[in-house]
Amino acid sequence: MLELDVNGKKVNVDASPLARLLDVLRGPLGLTGTKEGCGEGECGSCTVLVDGVPMNACLVLVGQVEGKSVLTVEGLAVDGALPEHLNHLQRTFIDHGGAQCGICTPGMLVSAEALLRNVPKPSDDQIREAIAGNICRCTGYQRIVDAIRHAAELRGRDQ
Amino acid sequence: MIGQNVPRTDGLAKVVGTARYIDDVPPLEGELWGVTVRSPVARGVLTKIELDPSFDWSDVTVATADDLEDPKLNPGGVNLVALIEEDQPVLAKRELRHMYEPIVLLACADRDKAERARAAVKLHIDPLPPVLSIDDALAKKHVVWGKDNVLKRYRIRRGDVDAALKDCDLVLTGTYRTHHQEQMYIEPQGVIARWFQGADGAEQLKVLGSLQCPYYVHKALKKAFALKDDHAHVEQTVTGGGFGGKEEYPSLVALHASLLSKKSGKPVRMIYGRKEDIEATTKRHPSQCTVTIGCKKDGTFVAVKVDCAMDGGAYVTLTPVVLSRGALHACGAYKFQHNAVDAVAVATSTPPNGAFRGFGAPQTIWAIERHVDAVARALGRDPEDLRRQNLFEEGDVTATGQVLSVSVGGRPCLEAATRAADWKARRANIERFNERLAREGKRVRRGLGISTFMHGGGFTGSGERRLKGKVAVDLEPGGRLRVRSASTDIGQGTETVFRQIAASASGVRIEDIAVEVPCTTNVPDSGPTVASRTVMVVGSIVAKAAAEIAERVREESKPGESFAEAGDRLLRRVGGTVSSLQQYEPPVTVAFDEETYTGDAYPCFSWMCDVAEVEVDLDTFETRVVKWWSATDVGRAIHPVLCAGQVEGGTLQAIGWALHEDLVWRPDGSIANARMTNYIVPTAVDAPPFETILVEVPFPHGPGGAKGVGELPMDGGAPAIASAIEHALAELKLPTDRALLPDLPLLPERVFERVMKETA
Ligand code: FES
Ligand code: FES
Repeated sequence: MLELDVNGKKVNVDASPLARLLDVLRGPLGLTGTKEGCGEGECGSCTVLVDGVPMNACLVLVGQVEGKSVLTVEGLAVDGALPEHLNHLQRTFIDHGGAQCGICTPGMLVSAEALLRNVPKPSDDQIREAIAGNICRCTGYQRIVDAIRHAAELRGRDQ
Repeated sequence: MIGQNVPRTDGLAKVVGTARYIDDVPPLEGELWGVTVRSPVARGVLTKIELDPSFDWSDVTVATADDLEDPKLNPGGVNLVALIEEDQPVLAKRELRHMYEPIVLLACADRDKAERARAAVKLHIDPLPPVLSIDDALAKKHVVWGKDNVLKRYRIRRGDVDAALKDCDLVLTGTYRTHHQEQMYIEPQGVIARWFQGADGAEQLKVLGSLQCPYYVHKALKKAFALKDDHAHVEQTVTGGGFGGKEEYPSLVALHASLLSKKSGKPVRMIYGRKEDIEATTKRHPSQCTVTIGCKKDGTFVAVKVDCAMDGGAYVTLTPVVLSRGALHACGAYKFQHNAVDAVAVATSTPPNGAFRGFGAPQTIWAIERHVDAVARALGRDPEDLRRQNLFEEGDVTATGQVLSVSVGGRPCLEAATRAADWKARRANIERFNERLAREGKRVRRGLGISTFMHGGGFTGSGERRLKGKVAVDLEPGGRLRVRSASTDIGQGTETVFRQIAASASGVRIEDIAVEVPCTTNVPDSGPTVASRTVMVVGSIVAKAAAEIAERVREESKPGESFAEAGDRLLRRVGGTVSSLQQYEPPVTVAFDEETYTGDAYPCFSWMCDVAEVEVDLDTFETRVVKWWSATDVGRAIHPVLCAGQVEGGTLQAIGWALHEDLVWRPDGSIANARMTNYIVPTAVDAPPFETILVEVPFPHGPGGAKGVGELPMDGGAPAIASAIEHALAELKLPTDRALLPDLPLLPERVFERVMKETA
């Protein structure tokens, strides 16, 4: 039995410490928001934050995150999945066209969240660097960059 | 509603992580994991399939071609994938025609064991030499198809090209090549199949999957398993990108999972890994085109001749249609008095090439646009200026004799894009800047390039007339409407724009309009989600059906009554369903003659102009795209944010095709870089900032004036980049009678080779 801290909640799961974090999230924990696009650390669609640092959950063993906090896309909304609970990034991704097919979106949002926690007012180049590990085949990235920039502004206004 | 950026319908589910893609569907009771054993040779004869006796097969279901032909297991069924021609088997039986061709299917509850079982299947094969290039296929090095490897030919003639060329002041010929491209949707192919006993006692089949065209899969299942229309049910799950890659291929995955499910009696989930997906599924057709343009001294184009060949891969699949679109776009967006196009598709021993955004047009547009640049250089003209002089305008005539009478937006696009980029001033500045860099001994140069192009919306010729796409709109309690169509949202925003279109046609609030999940059991066949036809064609049927329902409710309504009250009364009065089923009525055009390839090839075209600025490193020949301007005539942007997203996403795929993406084929016909680690698609750092202008020259038959936009942006990105690189390298004394860069991809080493060769 492993004890994990996922999206601010303590959970116990029956899994081998050698299982991929991605499989434990998607399987026993039912958190299918985190996606698998390649299984080899290239596409970034499995990105989660481990103690605030973006990691590819397809390359992380679940044993490695014991005692650390894991944040997935499901943990981004303040309080649930209603429009009024969305965090700024989620809202700006909708408004600015940051999500098309949406398969890269969870990983993209989580990478952007890590960026905005560390760099409250990122330049466009910093935004592009921060999501360089997240491949999006649909959008051409312009609208994702716009969405993250606007979310940064909204966060700045909140503080 | 039309023209407004409403929140996208599926946006919320996608940003909170609840959107359910195929592999997010919870395991079904007793579900098995299905895998495929594939051919390890590009061509050969399969003599025997042997299961390793030391492996425990007790809980593994094994299926082969024999099972499909087994009258007990599959009465009336056949081992064929129904598409244009019925040449492709669901599973290879004896003849192996391409590397990775599916031969044996395995399913097991234990996913790891299913994967291990693959290695325990031994295939006995007598290999044969493969054909791996267009040249080898045309030269009949080996015959792998029919008598001469030819899958299809088209011929287009207008005027008398040969005579006209004799009178031209300049006649220039060049040959241009393009390579494979992988769609690389981020969600791999996947389905879940399950048989069940229907109310009538008969066996029925349900397939859930990541797919573009539910009715294609439906047709394939019906054929292979001899099912009645209403005994096969195909439902789309939220789909993580398609770009054409989920047009025809999902039929094969669905057939495989369904066969395993039939044999095992259990639900079967089949999700491809990335490597398998890159190796086995369809790609963009490679091409080579020889273009001759004849023009007057002043640059007026007179005659054009294009000889185009495409590599179809091992089976026919959609190749005839891809070739047709390529041929119909081969003369570009320019006025000629005389046109001749000869197009041929050949078979080779690679996996079948298939649908990919642009569908043959990016290949021939690469050739014509590159050649227009070559002509400009030969004439000493600015490439923008020469395009401006020859671009189609209203009233001009295309190669098939189609008079461009409506919605001709080429010139407004050229104006808008070059104005935004400040073309003349920027070109001049860049040239001065490059001189300074040269003086200072710096090893980078900038360049500005351009392309102008058009893309026909909807099916070619009489395709839409034959297809008769249908859409239903139902009235629901509370004055709500539900749109039912088979058109899938694969990220483009179909659900959202259909709601906008229905709202504006009916006057019902968008909040009160729902779109039904595309499942063949519940939706009429509006045709496949392809050919940039969803908004322009299917959208117009949505509008018609929504308007008709609203009309019926209004007729019912009494003074002072709300729409919802009248609707509810109408529902009560008829005591059941109130629904409008409408069929597409194509605009009246000059009939297209499939024999002579004359007439109106498309109801209309969408137009675009790209301007690209690049920076090229003179030592490494690496190219960075610095900035991108584009103007696109979409008729009317139903949802400008989504529309611009299509333009930018398509353009980046074109940039990837030009600069980064390159499938490496080994001599044995296998792929050396079937991973995201070494098949490189552009990241956010590779992508330029996009300045996207939407131009609106309305098309009267599209909803609100809208035309197709999905594929167009894929067509012209690559030639704009090549044009910009040649501008950046202008100081290298390039040849003046041919393109420096005739072939894709423009990888640094290839550009280097070309520069060495041409400046030696
Ligand atoms: S699935 Fe982990 S990086 Fe692609
Ligand atoms: S939205 Fe489809 S991959 Fe990014």
